[in-house]
Amino acid sequence: MRAHVPSYEVETPSGLADALTRLSEHGAALRPLAGGTDLMVLLEAGHLPPGRFLNIWGLRELRGVTVSDDAVTLGALTTYADVLAHPVLAAELPMLGLAARETGAAAIQNRGTVGGNIVNASPAADTPPALLAYGAEVELASVRGTRRVPYAAFHRGYKQMDRAPDELLTAVHLPRHAAPGWVHCYRKVGTRKAQSISKVCFAGAARLQGDLIAEVRIGLGSVAPVPLRCPATEAVLTGRRLSDATLAHAARAAILTEATPIDDIRSTREYRAEVTGNLLEQFLRVLAGGA
Amino acid sequence: MGERTEVRFEVNGREVAVKTWPMGRLLDVLRTEVGLTGTKEGCGEGECGACSVLVDGVLVNACLVPVVQVAGCSVQTVEGLAEDAAVEPLRQAFVRANGAQCGICTPGMLMATVALLREEARPSDARIREALGGNLCRCTGYVRIVQAVREAAAEMAGARADAEVEG
Amino acid sequence: MAAGLEEAPVGRAERPPVGGPSIGANVPRKEGRGKVTGAARYVDDVVMDGMLYGATVRSPVARGRIVGVHYDPAFDWSEVVVVTAADVPARNLVTLILEDQPVLADGVVNHPEEAVVLLAHPDRWYVEEARRHVRLEIEPLPAVLDIDAALAAETVIWGDDNVLKRIDLAKGDVDAAFAAAAGRDDVVVVEGVYETGAQEQLYIEPQGMIAVATPGQGVTVWGSLQCPYYVHKALVPMFGLPEEQVRVVQMTTGGGFGGKEEYPSMIAGHAALLSWKAGGRPVKLIYDRAEDMVATTKRHPSRTRHRTLVTRDGELLAMDIDFVLDGGAYATLSAVVLSRGTIHAAGPYRVPHVRVTSRAVATNLPPHGAFRGFGAPQSIFAVERHLDKVAKALGMTPEALRRRNLLSEGDTTATGQTVTERIDLPRMMRMAMDEARWDERKRAYAEHNAVPGQTVLKGLGLATFFHGSGFTGSGESYLASVVHAEATAEGRVVVLAASTEIGQGTNTIFSQVASDALGLPYEWVDVAQPDTAAVPDSGPTVASRTTMVVGKLVERAALGLRDKLQAEGLLGREYTPEQFAEACAAWHASRGRLLAASEYKAPPGVVWDDATYRGSAYGSYGWACYVAAVAVDTVTWETRVEDFVAVQDIGTVIHPVLAAGQVEGGVAQGIGWALSEEVVWNDGRMANGRMTNYIMPTAMDLPDLRVFFQPVPYEHGPAGAKGVGELPMDGPAPAIVNAIEDALGVAVDAIPVTPERLMRAVKQAEAARG
Repeated sequence: MRAHVPSYEVETPSGLADALTRLSEHGAALRPLAGGTDLMVLLEAGHLPPGRFLNIWGLRELRGVTVSDDAVTLGALTTYADVLAHPVLAAELPMLGLAARETGAAAIQNRGTVGGNIVNASPAADTPPALLAYGAEVELASVRGTRRVPYAAFHRGYKQMDRAPDELLTAVHLPRHAAPGWVHCYRKVGTRKAQSISKVCFAGAARLQGDLIAEVRIGLGSVAPVPLRCPATEAVLTGRRLSDATLAHAARAAILTEATPIDDIRSTREYRAEVTGNLLEQFLRVLAGGA
Repeated sequence: MGERTEVRFEVNGREVAVKTWPMGRLLDVLRTEVGLTGTKEGCGEGECGACSVLVDGVLVNACLVPVVQVAGCSVQTVEGLAEDAAVEPLRQAFVRANGAQCGICTPGMLMATVALLREEARPSDARIREALGGNLCRCTGYVRIVQAVREAAAEMAGARADAEVEG
Repeated sequence: MAAGLEEAPVGRAERPPVGGPSIGANVPRKEGRGKVTGAARYVDDVVMDGMLYGATVRSPVARGRIVGVHYDPAFDWSEVVVVTAADVPARNLVTLILEDQPVLADGVVNHPEEAVVLLAHPDRWYVEEARRHVRLEIEPLPAVLDIDAALAAETVIWGDDNVLKRIDLAKGDVDAAFAAAAGRDDVVVVEGVYETGAQEQLYIEPQGMIAVATPGQGVTVWGSLQCPYYVHKALVPMFGLPEEQVRVVQMTTGGGFGGKEEYPSMIAGHAALLSWKAGGRPVKLIYDRAEDMVATTKRHPSRTRHRTLVTRDGELLAMDIDFVLDGGAYATLSAVVLSRGTIHAAGPYRVPHVRVTSRAVATNLPPHGAFRGFGAPQSIFAVERHLDKVAKALGMTPEALRRRNLLSEGDTTATGQTVTERIDLPRMMRMAMDEARWDERKRAYAEHNAVPGQTVLKGLGLATFFHGSGFTGSGESYLASVVHAEATAEGRVVVLAASTEIGQGTNTIFSQVASDALGLPYEWVDVAQPDTAAVPDSGPTVASRTTMVVGKLVERAALGLRDKLQAEGLLGREYTPEQFAEACAAWHASRGRLLAASEYKAPPGVVWDDATYRGSAYGSYGWACYVAAVAVDTVTWETRVEDFVAVQDIGTVIHPVLAAGQVEGGVAQGIGWALSEEVVWNDGRMANGRMTNYIMPTAMDLPDLRVFFQPVPYEHGPAGAKGVGELPMDGPAPAIVNAIEDALGVAVDAIPVTPERLMRAVKQAEAARG
């Protein structure tokens, strides 16, 4: 059942400062609207509460990728298409491109934004597992100033975020992964190959020294109320050797304590748990140089 | 209640000014206020691609774009495409290869194809399937659509090469 | 390519020489240009002066008593048109086969999404809002939500026993055959149970109608539909009008697949009721996608039990089949869907003793209805899976068992129909296998799957099957379809028929048939827009009948024009198109319009007894063998179809590219039905009624589908053509599931084989093996 379109107001700020001022004045009564790929779907379904929206799509200063010696910064309005087109991301942070490429299809990738994907706070979003595996930080701005939050701490519960009503998510910062030895493994298990919502999503990045796992981070989607970083599993893996025959079993046991999947119309708890374990084992096979 | 607001933009090279609800979908504005019904609605949620149009040359789902966001932009629809002789081989290929059966997905397929071919003149079949991944067709199984795009790409690339030689 | 196969050409359109044959040539689709320029007019593209927008208020529960309808007093209703059952001018009924379905619920609701109240308003957003301000007060009643509950009949919701229709088909004596085999050690009995789920047609254009209706002027509707005269038949008694005061016009229709066979009558009724109440203002009623998915019909879910008696060397002796369809809350078309499913249930095999016990049962789900294949895909899925199970039990290959038992000329089908077509099904099967490189792949897959730690397992499967063309049994005789052809003074020919173009190519095929019959250029023929005020009733656009049955009528009507001109001495026995045009001009000058008509006559020898289900079920059949190659990823239990070969006999192929398009589209729908298209029910409501969550294949999910024809002309079809539309829906699911078993060694007997279902089946098989 469609929404009553006249019940929605939209205001367009002149720039970031103006946007932040408006947010400071109206707080939660003013909802940011970027590429519309989530909010407009809710509108069609009649599930978007009527009210006022802040059209930030035109804020050019929030769009684009900047690269420094040790970090890559994505403006919040950087689209998936922008991500796909960027050579440094492809070389050092390839899971972002893989995630972008599997989000919707071309028309969605042209409008969907990295920031929107985060603040929509869907546990099934495609980029968050990769952001978690890359140790991202998010930047929030308000008239009170800016602050950075480790992305792993940003989602606090289903659709709950560490974002004040007057704050706008403006950027995502990622440490560069240029050092030798990094192996990346991203796999979205969706309902189909395009235009798909994930049933389980796995992103793992590890730095190997020979067959020793020197450093590892794992992010999961669709298996918890939030995009999930997996510290317990990472702890089991860190400092261990891939040749260790007991490793896969121990890691699988650990990740199944961290993932808390449920049944829904897209999949089952049972399937999600099993496949989470399988993807972790596949990650270890990839690290060991297999498939 | 919000208020109707005036939004000015360009459609197929012509200036339009509409007074409409700001959250109104570009799709509805094109079909009703502008009166161009070639852009179709299949799902209203960015899933089927029947409403694909180009905004400033970029492929979007018109059902997911609030009209305020195209203020000052240039929108191209299938009707605009129909005025573009360079795209004629694509239309002919869709008819010839039976890429259009019931026809409801066809305007969107054409727009997505044009976006693809502007990026990549001679895409592989895999690339064509990926680029059309957001355009659902229930009639064809996609076989003849992929064929139509492949044939049109060859013809259009050939025409461009000829033009360069002559030029 | 195997010898004798005609691959569907991928080449260019061939322009037939003027006066030359267009049958067999890939002439340009008649209405193709409008579809690639955005000019084609679909119902939602039409705006009329003073038009209102309609909306439907639906039951949220599966079954209950309507205690009250409450209109929010704080909402301004002054400009809203409101219609309930009390406003129906004559009979509150959607006339189809049985008269059990109201156009608006009156007192009770029998399924979720049943229409209770209709609203209309000049502003499309306001009417949406109005819909949210109507509250239905419904006292729930116990509901029947699946086949088991319906058969148990602890709650009776329809008739005495929830059975909408029962059919008993018997050939030979199954009980005697099983009794005679007791104790024999050269025979085996193999049993199996097979289930299929509901499937949404998912045409990309949602359903919709525009109506103008007044007591004085009658009712006119314009809409997206397959069967203009079905809608006509429903509106006449609903409004109590004479037939000539009801007019139904088909707009360009964005796909149907059966989904726009019977449901448009409901929407046409709703739009017309609103217009009637609104004093004749036009009312547009277009469903949004979510409404279309949850409220309209779907493919019937099914359960089939097989018990088969077979010799150890593979001769099928007896098949005992129990076939049940879930019909949903009203009878709609379930009786005929059941009939087609029943007739196809034993497959294209020579079996002396067959019993099919079939029932369509009522549940409190939205009524299931027509969908490409019409019951046959369900029963063919079962028999083709079961054949693989029988083969496994015997230690035979699936192809060897089939080769031993496939029908050939002179054999009799389950209804006792003698096969008179010159078919060679074992050869067709071999061709399909060769085209798929079956033997080579078998060896390669065995090696591939044996690699230690292999996570992607591959397999091959096939299905051999048939599909009757046209209405079942005496259906075509009852329909008595009529086609008119008219010639203009310029010598152009217009085909007048109610058969609709819904993407499959009706306009093009009719033009080819008519132009070839008359020796005119294809470009000289036009097909009239189906409009009950202007075209005769050529029957519904269903049942793979349009080319074969109606096409033949087009041919005869066209020839009638020639005969009239020749009878008057205006045209010689041999003539050029120009002479034809001159003759038409002469006719028009002295005699006025030139029209010819044709009416269906059953081919000789087609005799059917509806009481015993014996005789010629169909005038002809399409025959096919499909092969699927699959890869199953055991990390995620996702199945990918890597190659698909479809070989079929559809008689003479009138337009190879259009025919291939029918096969490719049907196979794509079959792949979706087999692997991903699952309707999730929650207390009888579709819980995943959005394109995001109901998973039809995208371009990335399908391989190139490879289509081949092995034509055996049918003497009573136009130029030898048979039906093609439904056949390709029957084979993909069993071929794919057979391939999955080949890959994993695990039998899966219910579709869709989602990754979740496959994983569970494998775990259960592992547990059973210990």
